[in-house]
Amino acid sequence: MASDASAAEGSSLVFHPMDQFIVKPLFGDGAIAWYTPTNVTLWLALSIVAIIALLVLGTSKRAVVPTRTQSIAELAYGFIYKMLEDICGKEGVKYFPYVMTLFMFIVSANFLGLLPMSFTTTSHFAVTAVLALAVFLTVTVLGFVKNGAAFLGLFWVGSAPLALRPILAIIELISYFVRPVSHSIRLAGNVMAGHAVIKVFAGFAAIGAIAPVSIAAITAMYGLEILVAFIQAYVFTILTCVYLKDALHPSH
Amino acid sequence: MATETKDFVSSCIDAGGSAVGMPQLCGEWMGNQIFWLVVTLVVIFLILSRVALPRIGAILAERQGTITNDIAAAEDLKAKAVEAEELYNKALADARAEAQRIAAEARAEIQVGLDEAIAKADAEIAAKTAESEKAIADIRAGALDSIKVVATDTAGEIVTALGGAADEAGVAKAVQARVKG
Repeated sequence: MASDASAAEGSSLVFHPMDQFIVKPLFGDGAIAWYTPTNVTLWLALSIVAIIALLVLGTSKRAVVPTRTQSIAELAYGFIYKMLEDICGKEGVKYFPYVMTLFMFIVSANFLGLLPMSFTTTSHFAVTAVLALAVFLTVTVLGFVKNGAAFLGLFWVGSAPLALRPILAIIELISYFVRPVSHSIRLAGNVMAGHAVIKVFAGFAAIGAIAPVSIAAITAMYGLEILVAFIQAYVFTILTCVYLKDALHPSH
Repeated sequence: MATETKDFVSSCIDAGGSAVGMPQLCGEWMGNQIFWLVVTLVVIFLILSRVALPRIGAILAERQGTITNDIAAAEDLKAKAVEAEELYNKALADARAEAQRIAAEARAEIQVGLDEAIAKADAEIAAKTAESEKAIADIRAGALDSIKVVATDTAGEIVTALGGAADEAGVAKAVQARVKG
C-alpha cells in the first residue's frame, strides 16, 4: 500500500520514519530465528570493533605521553572510574569492569547509530531492557548477598515519622521495581525519537521549497543527537552507579 | 507480487517492506536481539576485564609513578641546589673572613715593623741630638778656653807693650775674672 501511494504521486510525502529500526537477516530473506545473523548482529559486532579499536589498539603502545586515541581511552577510563568511586566509594571499584562494559557498549552503539544508513541497536527496547534488567538483577542479588535482610531497609525510611513509614515503604517498593522500566525506556526512547525525527525531516526534503529548511533542521537535530548519544550513555551509567550504591550501602 | 514474497517473512513488515507499528515492539525479533546482545556484552566484558582495563590502569599507574618520581627527583635536585648554594655562601663567607684576618695580620705586622722603625729612628735621632749637643757643648767650651788663652796672651802682650812686666799668673787671674764676669 505504501509503495502504491508513493508511485501514484511524485510530490506526495512518504514517511517511513520507523523503517530504519527493522531487523533484517544479513544473508538471504528468510525468517528470523534467535541465532540468525541480522543487521543487529552486524552493528553489535561493529560496536565491539569500535571498543577494541579505542581501548585495546589505541593503548597498544602504552605510551607514558599518550597519543590522541590513547588519551580518549584514558579519559573514558578515568571518567567512569571516578564516577563509580565518587558514588559507590572504594568498595564499588570492584564492579568497574561491569559498569565500564555498559558505558562503552551504550556510547559506542549510540555513536555508531548516528552514521547514515546504520542500524541503532540501542533504539530497541529488547536491547535496553536486557541492559536495565541486568543492572536490576545484579543490584538486587548483590544487595541481598552483601547485606542480607538489611537490604530491605532500603524500603523502610528510618528518618520519616513512624506513621508514614508503611506508606513510604510502598512508594519505595514501587519506585524500586519501576527502575528497570524507566532505566531502559529512557535510553531507547531518546535514541529512537531523535532518529525518527531526523527521518521525518528528511521526508520533508522531497518538497523542493522546503528542502533547505529541512536540511538545516536535520543538521541541528543531528547536533542534538550527538549530545543525546553521549548524555544517555552517561545517564544510564550514572544511574547504574546509584543503584549499585543502594546495594552496597542500603541505608538512606 | 511483493505481498506474496514478503508475507511469510514477518508479521511486523507490510507488503511494501515498511514497518508495521513500532519495530521495537515486534516480538519476533526480540529473541534474536537479546541473544546477540548477550554475546556482545560477554565479549566486551571479557575484552575489557582481561585486556583493556588492566592495561589502561597500568599505564595510568605508571604515569603517576613517573610523575611522582620526577617530582621527587626535582625536589631532590632542588634540595641539592639549596645545599650547594649554602656551601657556596659559607665558602664565600669563610674566604671573606680569612681575607680580613690576613689583612688584619698584615696590618698588625706592618704596624709592628713601623713602630720598631719609628722607635729605632727616634732612638737614633735622640742619640744624634745628644751627640750634637755634646759637640756643641765641646765647641762652646773649646771656644771659651780659646778666648781665655787669646785674652791672656793678648793681655800679656799688651802689658809687655805698655812696659810692664807681665805677670803671667796675675794676667790669667784677671782674664779669668773678666771672662766670668
